[in-house]
Formats: sequence, C-alpha cells, structure tokens
Amino acid sequence: MNLQQIIERLNLTVLTDPRDFTLVQPDGGYTSDLLSCVMAGAKSNYLWITLQSHLNIVAVAALLEVAAIIITENAMPDSATIAKANEQGICLLSTTKSTYEIDGKLWEMGIHTQE
Amino acid sequence: MSPTRRPSRIPTEQETNGRRGRSITDDDANAINRVEELSYDLKVHEVMTADLKTASPEMPLSKVLEILRVNHISGVPVLQGDELIGILSLEDIVRAMQKNELSAPVSQYMTKKLLTVTSYDSIVSAIQKFSDSRLGRLPVVDENYKLVGMITKGDITRGILVALQKDYKEEEVRRYRASHLFEDIVSDRTTLVLRYNIKAHDFTHGGNASSHIKRALLRLGADPQIARRCGIAVYEAEINLIIHTTNGGILKLEVESHRITMSTVDDGPGILDIDQVLQPGYTTATEEVREMGFGAGMGLVNIKRCVDKMDIESTVGKGTKLVMRIFVPTENLNVRKEG
Repeated sequence: MNLQQIIERLNLTVLTDPRDFTLVQPDGGYTSDLLSCVMAGAKSNYLWITLQSHLNIVAVAALLEVAAIIITENAMPDSATIAKANEQGICLLSTTKSTYEIDGKLWEMGIHTQE
Repeated sequence: MSPTRRPSRIPTEQETNGRRGRSITDDDANAINRVEELSYDLKVHEVMTADLKTASPEMPLSKVLEILRVNHISGVPVLQGDELIGILSLEDIVRAMQKNELSAPVSQYMTKKLLTVTSYDSIVSAIQKFSDSRLGRLPVVDENYKLVGMITKGDITRGILVALQKDYKEEEVRRYRASHLFEDIVSDRTTLVLRYNIKAHDFTHGGNASSHIKRALLRLGADPQIARRCGIAVYEAEINLIIHTTNGGILKLEVESHRITMSTVDDGPGILDIDQVLQPGYTTATEEVREMGFGAGMGLVNIKRCVDKMDIESTVGKGTKLVMRIFVPTENLNVRKEG
C-alpha cells in the first residue's frame, strides 16, 4: 500500500508540497502525542499519527525519517511548521477524523507494525 | 505553487499577489522551498526547446499536421522569414478539420494574438503566463523579439527535476569530501568538535542542532544507523536544555575515528536526585510544556537506549553535565588505519 492510496482512501489533505506519493511505501505506523515516546517507538518509514501540530514535530520526524505525519482532528500546523517540513522533506497530512479512527482504518488497510 | 492542494489554509499575501516586482525579504527567503527557489534561479533558455519545428504562413494545414504527428508535438510557431507572426496548435487544426479545410493555409487558422516569454526571464514568469492563459506552450523570444525556442510545462518540470538531481549530486560530493577528512588529515589523534549554543525555552529552534549534527555525521560518512542513534540522543539532550535549564547550555559533538562523543553542559538549576530522573515516566516538566508533547519523562531513558555509554553529573545550584558516547566500529566513518 503506497502513500498515494492511503491519502485517497482516508481522504487526507496534503499540507506540504505535492510529491509522487506512489513511491512511498510505509513500513508501519506509530501513534503518540508524546515526542519522546515517538522517538523511542516510531521507526524510519513509519507513519506517525498525532494530534500535535507545532513546529517541533518536524524535527522529530526528520530525525526518525518517518514516511509522513498524519495530524488528526483538524489540528492545523502554522505556516512556519509547513515551511520547515517542506525544507526538511517531511510530508504533513491532515484529517478531521480522530486518531482512533485513523489508526483503525490504517490497520484494516494492512498497515501493521513490524516486530 | 499549488494552492489548490491546500484547501484548509488561507493563502499568504505572497501566494495571492505573487512575488514579482518586489525584492525578497528574509521572511520570504525562509518560506521559499528549493523548488520555488529553482523557479526563480532557472532561466527560460535553460529549460526551453531550442531545436524547433516551424511552419510558414502559406503552408497547408495538412502538412503541419504531418509535422506535428512525426515529431510528437502539439503546436508550432509560424515564421515569415525570421519574424514570428503566429502559432498553430492541434486545436486550430481540429477547427479546420470540422470545416473540412485541411488544405487551407496556416495563416487562416493560426493564433495571431501572441503571448511570448523572453529567454532570460526566470521560469516563474513562464509558469505565471501558463496559469494565466491556460496555454500549453509559449514561444520564447530574445531581446530583439526573434524566436529562439519554445517552452512547455513539461520543459519546466524536466528542468526542475534535473536541477534537483544536481543538488542531490552536490550533496553527494560534499559527503564524499567530508568523509575523507579523517584520512586526509594526519595526526596522532584527530577530533572534530562542533559546538551549538542552546537557548532556554527556545522551542522554535528545538531540534535544529540535532538535525545539523545528524547531517554532519552522514557527510562524514557515518553509518546511517549510527547517525540516527546520535540524532535521537542529541535531540533529547537538546530539548532537555531548552525545557529545564535556567540560561540554556552548550551542546557539543566530538567526532573521532573510533567514537562519537556528545555532551551538554549547563549552569543550572541542577538535578537533586539523578536516580529519580532516570526512572521512565518521571518528569518535572510544566503542564504547558507537556501539552506540546514534551516532558514525557522518557528523555534520559531514550538517550540511554541509543548510546553505548551515558554519564550524568549534577550539582544543585551549579549545573549539569551529560556525556553520551557511541563507539564506532572501525569500518565506519571511512577510517583507514595507517600503519
């Protein structure tokens, strides 16, 4: 399942510059709003699902090289955060749905965690 | 460049009015990403097609159709002598076909109202003209209004991709040069030291030093896994300085061929009970900081997990020193042991 299909199926809004999302194949996902937990739990090329939308999520995502951040419940990052994400090549996606709902749908779509 | 993909955001003044006609401020510069930057840097003549198929005004449309078909193009400029007098596209030919007039001359069906770009313009002006006019191709003229090429949206995309590829290669070259540092400079013990001043409560720049450190390590030829471990450890340490210190602190990276040492030093407030702060989940962060997702009480735990050795010394009222070490297997960091 590539990121383009995920974006379409979950009806996500792409906040950062468009790219060829068909080339991105996430290896799994991780959900937390605590940055240190994400540092410990998310692996590279994972999707990170969070309510956080401030500038620091970009630094965390860049260090971990996550496939994309899905920001839930319509939490909207400011333009500085979006600019920083573009600069660092991090893809920010937004949804009105809750984290619980997104996690459930991703799992149903076969995006599981890898052990 | 594509505001339609960002429906939930109000376009900035810049996006609404464009940036043409005024100089770029520092704020603008920060907001410009590489692709936008390239659309200002790249000139029309660098991406246009200079090898042109042209038509003359007397030429029958059927002949132009053949030119278009053979060359897989969808339009040609029309020249009288070397003067550009029009452009003929497939759409014009379709109009002629509807009236069964394929033997008519080009001059009868060509578009005479010409929109052109000049060869020394940056491609952003071509992009602007494409989006204003909905045209698929534009003739390119020089300062004397002489036709020198054609430009399509595809040419622009290709030009940007080629330039991005060049960026990527330049990064590779930088990486290659830096990775030779430890081989080229001979000493009994070479250490590269990088220092970063971290300000207290400066969440806006939180993580910047860590990302610079990670990039530096990759350029030095470090294994990506090691660079990642360093990145995570140093990020937690950087954030600790931002959240907890009175006056900020110094973050230092020392790279040697056999190990990487990261350390932070601050002048307060100091830690009362070190064993306690090493407990997973123990936090002294304020509610405000925790709302941002910091202060999970996992920082030092994460650091410990990522590095080979962690030492922490602290005196209340004086400050804290944290030292983190990662030992580099000899095949990493491009180190050649000289005999």
